[in-house]
Amino acid sequence: MLIAPSILAVGVFVYGLIGWTAFVSTTNWNDLLPDYSSAGLANFASIFDNPRFQIDLRNTTVFTVCFVAAALVLGLVLANLIDRRIRAEGFFRSVFLFPMAISFIVTGVVWKWLLTPSSGFNSLFHLDPTTNRWFTDETVIHLGSDSPVGRWLGDIGLGFLTSTNFGVPVAMLSIVLAAVWQMSGFVMALYLAGLRAIPDELREAARVDGATELRVFRHVVLPLLTPVTISAVIILGHISLKIYDLTVAMSPIGPGFGTDVPANFMWTTAFNDNQFARGAAVAVVMLVLIAIVIVPYLIWTGRREIER
Amino acid sequence: MTRTTVRARFALLGAIAIALSACSSSASPGASSGTGAAKVEIFSWWTAGGEATGLNKLIDQFNSKNPQWQVVNQAVAGGAGSNAKAVLKTRVLDNKPPDLFQSHMGHELTDTWLQYIEPLDDLYAKNSWNDKFPKGVMDIISDGGHIWAVPVNIHRANVLWYNKKVFSANGIKPPTTWDEFRTVADKLRGKGIIPLALGGKDNFEAGQVLETILIGTLGADKYKGLWTGTTNWAGADVTKALTTFKTVLGYVNPDHSALTWDQANDLVISGKAAMTIMGDWVDGYNASKNFTDYGWALAPGNKDIYDALSDVFALPKGAKNADAAKSFLTLLGSPEGQDIFNPNKGSVPARLDAGKPAADQKQYDDYLKSAQADWKADTIVPSLEHGAAAKPSWATAYNQAVTLFMTSGNVAAAQTALVKACKDAGICK
Repeated sequence: MLIAPSILAVGVFVYGLIGWTAFVSTTNWNDLLPDYSSAGLANFASIFDNPRFQIDLRNTTVFTVCFVAAALVLGLVLANLIDRRIRAEGFFRSVFLFPMAISFIVTGVVWKWLLTPSSGFNSLFHLDPTTNRWFTDETVIHLGSDSPVGRWLGDIGLGFLTSTNFGVPVAMLSIVLAAVWQMSGFVMALYLAGLRAIPDELREAARVDGATELRVFRHVVLPLLTPVTISAVIILGHISLKIYDLTVAMSPIGPGFGTDVPANFMWTTAFNDNQFARGAAVAVVMLVLIAIVIVPYLIWTGRREIER
Repeated sequence: MTRTTVRARFALLGAIAIALSACSSSASPGASSGTGAAKVEIFSWWTAGGEATGLNKLIDQFNSKNPQWQVVNQAVAGGAGSNAKAVLKTRVLDNKPPDLFQSHMGHELTDTWLQYIEPLDDLYAKNSWNDKFPKGVMDIISDGGHIWAVPVNIHRANVLWYNKKVFSANGIKPPTTWDEFRTVADKLRGKGIIPLALGGKDNFEAGQVLETILIGTLGADKYKGLWTGTTNWAGADVTKALTTFKTVLGYVNPDHSALTWDQANDLVISGKAAMTIMGDWVDGYNASKNFTDYGWALAPGNKDIYDALSDVFALPKGAKNADAAKSFLTLLGSPEGQDIFNPNKGSVPARLDAGKPAADQKQYDDYLKSAQADWKADTIVPSLEHGAAAKPSWATAYNQAVTLFMTSGNVAAAQTALVKACKDAGICK
């Protein structure tokens, strides 16, 4: 009884509006005046045909992979350092965790100042602004079509993999840096809790069997941390797939759309260009991308609940 | 916790909620009943600086003349108007429009809002305004035989701003053609000065530079034809403009994608850069930075052409207080209103017969006086980047082509994208 209002509210404002967005994405509402006649999948065809959206999908993939991997590794390293029962542990824990309390907008503004080539890091460390260009660098690292691998890919009909749409935009790595700075402390906290939950007896047993510290970590600790890792990947993954505030504050478009993300494209399409159906189509694509990450996790946790 | 205490708490919550809503609903009429005036809501994105000052002075003037009405300034801050536009759309689609709203003159208004606004033919006839604005402006604010808005001010997009000290130290003059630009720029670069400061963070600055190159290469008539479908985007002169643009991009600061137009202009102020191509809001910006050593010229090849944009006000259908709104429009369109607003905003009046502010008002500065003389004499063309020439989705597609071109340098691909943008906009076949 008591949760009925919240079920109703969630039903209408979350699932109802998801349904509405999905419906709008199949209409012809590409003007301010609503037009609910069916367009089939024309809006999806239009956005996937758009070079900017193709670049955005690349950016979002690169950002997600780099950000999740870097935050996991850094978080794990920090957690292990703190787990050594160092002095002032509480102090360091707070120092690493605090960035998470800041909004992405603030992080974005601060890191924009730090990484603007004519100021920040470059002037602090006397780096050459013409070579250290951070988020203004338009380079996209990709396979050259005339490189050996590129030629081989071309021979087997995968030549499209050598286009810049399958490259890594260097500008995006600056955004990754800022995001990792903000979220690795959170991953550290997750891992620290996981490490503390591992009984010492297990490690002792391994040591008695003659395992080195490295092998203890590799074969005892890491496997026991798997649930933590999966939770962390899900949390970081859904943050990074829908990232918007950080890039808008730091570099909304970037050189050659090098730091542009689908959410930004969606905003422009819907609210600047009045192409609401196409904007809704972008939203649906983003939802599907996030679902690809979240749904297996939900199934996995659901199974574990049953096993218990 | 027992069931009754839960229920009691809910009852208490409910009572608080009712009490709160009663307070708020009784508070709002209480505020206006002090003056006893009907409200008229003016919606804009003028929240800061000279434009906010100008708007407030206009409102003061209106209120002193019309005590029966009270103007409510509904300005929405942020995003160079994009936040305000989003708020406005939800209000209009929700049938709760303000009494007047700001837009840019041209297709941003006519292609978006036509079903939602009232034609103003009667207002123009009543005030005999039809010959008070230049024909170029009347063309831009008209659509389907009706007039849709009142232009308050005029900005110019095709101005080259330069640092006088840097220019005299290097013995150079403002370039009048793009070939001259190259000579001048090479000389500056040899001295370690950035020839042309460019911002790119907001996605319109570089597009505006290309806009001036298109004007300079095609001339006024063919440039206008680009937006009406009579000039071919695939033509050789567009190719030439893109090639020039590519050359020009070789002379800009490498961190342009991190800077806004004003940060780019700061490079000119500090003397690190020599020139920038930007609209004439730079004039007011330089004044606010106490920078006086700047000169202005037209973008190369843009002689006698006024690349114009304008802030206009339109009257939505279903405005609650249309009489008061029309009365406010009358003030906006009068020489008096235009001369109160424009010296503060740093723009020239749209009306040809304005330009003499009352003695107790702020006066026009030197740049604005020269721009006003040009406004009366030059050929007027609509600016793309500021809503006059094409609808917003077309401008976005154009900007997208420019952004990709800036890193790829691929003239053919950029031209194909521009041709496609015109087709997608429904103008080109």
